[in-house]
Amino acid sequence: MDEQDLKLDGNAAAGLLRELFTFELTTACGRCENCGAIAEMGAVMVYANAPGTVLRCPQCESVLMRIVRDGGRYWLDVRGISWLEIRA
Amino acid sequence: MALPGRALTPIAWQLGEVAELVDETARVKTLVLEVPDWPGHRAGQHVDVRLTAEDGYQAQRSYSIASAPEDERLAITVERLDDGEVSPYLAEELVVGDKLELRGPIGGYFVWEADQSGPLLLVGGGSGVVPLVAMLRHRAASGAAVPTRLLYSARSLEDVIYREELDRLAASDDQFELSYALTREQPAGWTGYGRRVDEEILREIAYPNGEGVSFVCGPTRFVETVADGLVAVGYAPERVRTERFGPTGG
Repeated sequence: MDEQDLKLDGNAAAGLLRELFTFELTTACGRCENCGAIAEMGAVMVYANAPGTVLRCPQCESVLMRIVRDGGRYWLDVRGISWLEIRA
Repeated sequence: MALPGRALTPIAWQLGEVAELVDETARVKTLVLEVPDWPGHRAGQHVDVRLTAEDGYQAQRSYSIASAPEDERLAITVERLDDGEVSPYLAEELVVGDKLELRGPIGGYFVWEADQSGPLLLVGGGSGVVPLVAMLRHRAASGAAVPTRLLYSARSLEDVIYREELDRLAASDDQFELSYALTREQPAGWTGYGRRVDEEILREIAYPNGEGVSFVCGPTRFVETVADGLVAVGYAPERVRTERFGPTGG
């Protein structure tokens, strides 16, 4: 097993995102703050083997979002995303 | 039903009761569940399953829903991974009448609705075929006649899940075409593909000019190979919807 095998996609973060958001976030579009690429969150790269869940840009691989859950608390770091367009 | 663009209720764990167990292959079992107040799902969505040990330790995994939205009961199909934490229990220990903790439906990106315009190209590797079969069951249950092709990569014919159902559908529905790629072992006289899915195979089974939409599900490397191949043969990247299974899926 190497890094390639650990790569998942936004579908794998859908349950965790549903704990935090009341809209379906895998069909929301997000803009990468680093490279400007826009992708549906279901299509981004996800690494769930770290202490938290890390979402990365499918184009430039920079970190879009980090979510750490510990008991009754969440840490949500979204500095890698310029904006999210959520279908309402 | 969890439609995109609607505010959803908070997601909660609930109990489902095992109503039926179906042996699909030597390593794969379908769990048919009775879930009270199930809100309904869309083809391609998954559920999270959580097991709790007596000491409180919890392990959680995602499983694609195999049943159609139209089906009365919820079904998930589980491949037993020998070093897995969850799948050996689900595939071997569980008996009819047991309760299982789950939440869902989850996801919205890897979803197909029967009223979407076609044609529909489905490419599955191993147990990655499960959400694709949910789409096929939805297509059949809704009476949709959208032209559809399934390319299913498995190690051998014995490893093909839902084989009877797929062969029957291919024989009875002239808008559905089925191809197998058997990567390790082929029976004598095998006329299907006998190797891993590559660009040449995709060129043969893809619709001309990448028309319609495609769904690709399987292990990460399989999905990446197929997705790249589909783009190479003419599919627009945003029309290749992907779902990757990880090594910790057990």
